[in-house]
Amino acid sequence: MRATMASEAQGGDLLRASGLRDFWRLCKPNVMQLVIFTSAVALYLAPGHVHAVLDLTALICIALGAAASAAINNSFDADIDVRMARTRLRPTASGRIDAAEALAVGVTLSIISVMLMGLALNWLAAALLALTIAFYVFVYTIWLKRRTPQNIVIGGAAGALPPVVAWAAVTGDVTLLPVLMFAIIFLWTPPHFWALALYRTGDYDRVGVPMLPVVAGRRSTLRHILAYTLVMVVVTLLPAAFGLAGLTYGAAALGLGAVFLAYALRLWWHDRDMLAMRTFRYSIFYLFLLFGAFALDRAVQDLAFG
Amino acid sequence: MTEDELRRRQRGKNVALALGLLGLVVLFYLVTLVKMGGGH
Repeated sequence: MRATMASEAQGGDLLRASGLRDFWRLCKPNVMQLVIFTSAVALYLAPGHVHAVLDLTALICIALGAAASAAINNSFDADIDVRMARTRLRPTASGRIDAAEALAVGVTLSIISVMLMGLALNWLAAALLALTIAFYVFVYTIWLKRRTPQNIVIGGAAGALPPVVAWAAVTGDVTLLPVLMFAIIFLWTPPHFWALALYRTGDYDRVGVPMLPVVAGRRSTLRHILAYTLVMVVVTLLPAAFGLAGLTYGAAALGLGAVFLAYALRLWWHDRDMLAMRTFRYSIFYLFLLFGAFALDRAVQDLAFG
Repeated sequence: MTEDELRRRQRGKNVALALGLLGLVVLFYLVTLVKMGGGH
């Protein structure tokens, strides 16, 4: 099924008819994976207990919110996505789903996710989820993306909020640990995207999106990646330093962070597209493992101290 | 694009939407049970 759909998508006259797979792609499943995983970890770490059904509901709301944001983003960016190699096959870019339809899907999912979060969990979590979607759509997509190289720095807040939403869903408040989780993802986002932008500079230049390598050049971007990575690694150590996470997490943060820094240093030193691509790939792996370490750390503590 | 192919894709999307809505109905039902039972 998958293979036939993919090969059909390359056939000219079939290009303009959307299938289920297009709607799946509209929701940027790769981004959703990270959002769902970091949120699931926050749900697990948050003190207190809600029924498993409500845990699952919170996660579904966050996933729907992420899908909604992605659909609306795709709707607004169709005009530039079609001219970038990386994104030209997105369903909205190739015309299989039109912009208005994507917007309708996004708005509908946004409303469902926020209302369900409010009714099933609590309204603080619902408000934070609404803020996350609104930030991604209005602040990042509409306002900053095409105007300033700070686009992904500030826009990164949207990707960093989901664990805070998850935490608030369980506890009804926001404490230091979810704020640190937010800070970690917030600081992780710029080096992650700048590494991508380094080997996709031509794409962004062509469509006039002012990513840092386009505006400030490669050397400056490499310095920024290094600086942000350094600050990020320091912040990843804070949960252990403050006693909010244990030794398992601390050791993992130190080791994974050292590797990230090594990637950033090597990229800064050699400045090759291949290294930028590897750094980008490692950054994704890194965030999964770091949040995995948060969960593992808690599991170890639960086993050790009951 | 053949007529059959178009219909098949349309049906695929309709079935997915139906399953999605059904899923929401089940979720709302379960959430209601849990909330009315005191949440534990």
